[in-house]
Parts: sequence; structure tokens; C-alpha cells
Amino acid sequence: MSKLYKLSLTCNGQGYEREIEARLLLSDFLRHELDLTGTHVGCEHGVCGACTVLLDGLPVRSCLMFAVQADGHEVITVEGLGTPDDLHPIQEAFWEAHGLQCGFCTPGFLMTLIPFLEDNPSPTEAEIRTAISGNICRCTGYQHIVDAVQLAARKMSEP
Amino acid sequence: MKPAPFDYYAPDTLEGVLALLGEHGYDAKLLAGGQSLIPMMNFRLVQPAVLVDLNRISDLAYIHPGDNGDLLLGAMTRHFQVERSPLIAERTPLLHETMPHIATSQIRSRGTFGGSIAHADPSAELGAVSIALDARFKLVSQRAERWVLANEFFIGMFTTLLEPDEALVEIAFPTLAPRSGCSLVEVARRPHDFAMVGAAACLTLDDKQLCSNARLVFLSVAEYPVEAHQAQELLVGNPITPDLIRSAAETAAANDTDPSSDIHATAEFRRHLVKVLTNRVLQNAYEKALRSA
Repeated sequence: MSKLYKLSLTCNGQGYEREIEARLLLSDFLRHELDLTGTHVGCEHGVCGACTVLLDGLPVRSCLMFAVQADGHEVITVEGLGTPDDLHPIQEAFWEAHGLQCGFCTPGFLMTLIPFLEDNPSPTEAEIRTAISGNICRCTGYQHIVDAVQLAARKMSEP
Repeated sequence: MKPAPFDYYAPDTLEGVLALLGEHGYDAKLLAGGQSLIPMMNFRLVQPAVLVDLNRISDLAYIHPGDNGDLLLGAMTRHFQVERSPLIAERTPLLHETMPHIATSQIRSRGTFGGSIAHADPSAELGAVSIALDARFKLVSQRAERWVLANEFFIGMFTTLLEPDEALVEIAFPTLAPRSGCSLVEVARRPHDFAMVGAAACLTLDDKQLCSNARLVFLSVAEYPVEAHQAQELLVGNPITPDLIRSAAETAAANDTDPSSDIHATAEFRRHLVKVLTNRVLQNAYEKALRSA
């Protein structure tokens, strides 16, 4: 059995303590140790964006971090955005604007967009397309994703 | 697609890191941002026995002027920090301009300046840009501390002058001379893909608007960034006319670079891009140098 390392982190506001192998990726930790399967694993080399989560508020590729590196840090996953009965405005917007089909890429898009919309509450289409350039979608052709982001920006600017 | 097992250390001091490197040598890899190393480990292209994580060391990330007027960057400074730094935008605008070319925003949340330099991917922007800016790198080990010029540091594919017990800790950028302009241009299929060819240039003009200094450096044309010495020599001492820029482009393509073919681009296309990008990057750098006068 490989050596185990202590890990203590906060995920979606809740504290967790575990002992894990150093080589366990943060993406696999979230999915298998914490049962938070909303974070998806697409490529495991940092190009598809499906595994994007927030680490201390910054969007990161969870497949490119070892879970041990998150010790002492705060992670937010898509499960932390909203619930089926209480969707985050960005989730509502993706639903209403048909910004997803199979939904595999969607959590990665949402987690990338949360800090983007905080910093850019009224983005242009060009800015949106640059912001999502690190997330790949095989289904939608991106147009409805752009629409969803514009709708989300409008929703999130309403008091 | 999962990494092989390794021993993991995350010291909170540089001394702790250097002691581990001194002990383990070639068996150890440093982990900085991980945005290049971890994909390779996930593919099992590399399987280090020991991983020494630099991320707990708090004082290796900084951007501030040095005593002699240089701009100093700690090796663990993240790309997004460089991207957002007003000091960088003012003192080394080429670095500010380079950041959006580096991968994507999520990569830039974690990726570090020192990590990119030490990893030495032939397609990395920062290696070429560091050479264009006459940067120096500070390497430390338990044995010694030394400074190496950027244009001597990269010696092969993913290979640098770093010894197995050394860590890159700081990057120093000299102040740009007055009447200087710099630019980076690259061609990639999509904006965040690896560049097929990239060119970084810095031009300095004297008070008669003759070129007094020229740096022209290419990425993705060889196993390491390539400085176009003959093209540079053509430029220095002369007025920067469109004809001179065209000659420099021809020389860079014919004499200074010798790219190979791979699945992304043929050698012929890369040579063509060297010419096209030299024209663009020199024109950009010249216009900026004129404006800064």
C-alpha cells in the first residue's frame, strides 16, 4: 500500500479530512472520495476544461492538481452553485437558453464563468468567447452557450 | 491515465526544497504550477520517484523592482499575477502582452513563470520572450547560487542548464532602454493552442532613429528558443525601413532558423511563417519604439 498523506480542505463550504495517496488527482478525489460527481473528467491533460473547479476563487483544472495540494484550501464545485430546486442564475440561464445538450462539459463551463462574470458583469460576445476558449463542447457549437452567458449576465445584474 | 506512485514532499522553506534536491538528485522533480508536469505524469510520460512541491513556500512569488533598477519576479509567480500586474504593464509591456497567449485562463491560475522556464517546452512563449528581454535567471542549490543569461539557459528539448540539485528561484529583467518597442506574434490553429511558430522582438532606436539594439527570437522552430543572430546584425546601425525588415525576414528564414516538420506544420510552412511573423513583429516593435520616443 502506498504512503498516505493527510488532507484537510473545505469544499462547497463544508470541511473534509481524509488520508489519500499523493498521486490521487483532485478531480478523482472530488468524484470518488467526496461523491461529488458533478465535476467531469474528459481528457486528463488540461485541454478540455470539463474538470474546472474553483480553488480559492480561481478557476483551475482539477485534473492538473494532486488532491494533497488542496490541503488548507477552499474548493467550490458545480454542486456548490445551486440545487435543482434553487438553481443559480447561471444554471437557469443555461437551461432557458439551451446552453447544454448532453451536459458533460457544462459544469466546467459554469465554474469558469462564475469568476468571469464577477469580473465582467456585462461582457461582449467577443469577451465571452475568449473567456470560454478553455472549455470544449462537442454538442452545441457554442452559440447557445454564448446566449446563455449573456442571459446570465442580465439575470445577475438584476437586484 | 493516472500517475505512477511517487513520494511527495511539500516543504515550507526553500532550504527544505534544496535539501531534498541535494538528497534525491535526478530522482526528484520539482512541482510548481503543474500545468505541464502533471499532464506528462497523467500520461506516464514521466514517472518521478520523488515530487517536491514548491507551492507551500510563500516568498517565492513576487513582482518588484530590484536595487539596480531591474524588475524581479519570483519563480513561483503565477501567470495570472503577471497578467494583472500594473508594474509589469508599465515596466515590461512585452510580458503583459504575452500572458493572454499562454494557454487558457484556467492554466494561468496555476501555471508559474519559473515553472514554464524550467520546463522549457520549445513552444513556450516565456522562454523566447525572456531572451528577447535579456532576462537573467537565478539558480540556487545547497552548493551555490548563480545567475545565468536567458540566451544561454535553454540547451535542448525540455533541457536547460539546471543541475538536478538546483532550483530556479528568480527572474530579473533589465530596464528597457528609452526609445524601445517590443512585440510578440504567433500563429496557432486556435488562439490557445501551441504555436506553430512564434516570434518575439525588441528594437531600440538611437536619437537619429537608427536601430541601436535588436532582439529577434523564435519559438517552435527548434528544440529550444532560437535567437536570429544574422537578422539582428542586419538591423543594428541602420534605419528600419520596410525593405530592411523584409531582408531581415528573408535572413531569419534562410539562415537563422531550420525548422522541422511534424503533425502540426511542415518545415516549409514553418519557414514561411518565420518570414511572415518577422515582418509583422519587427513592424510592430518599430512602431512602438517610435511612439515611445
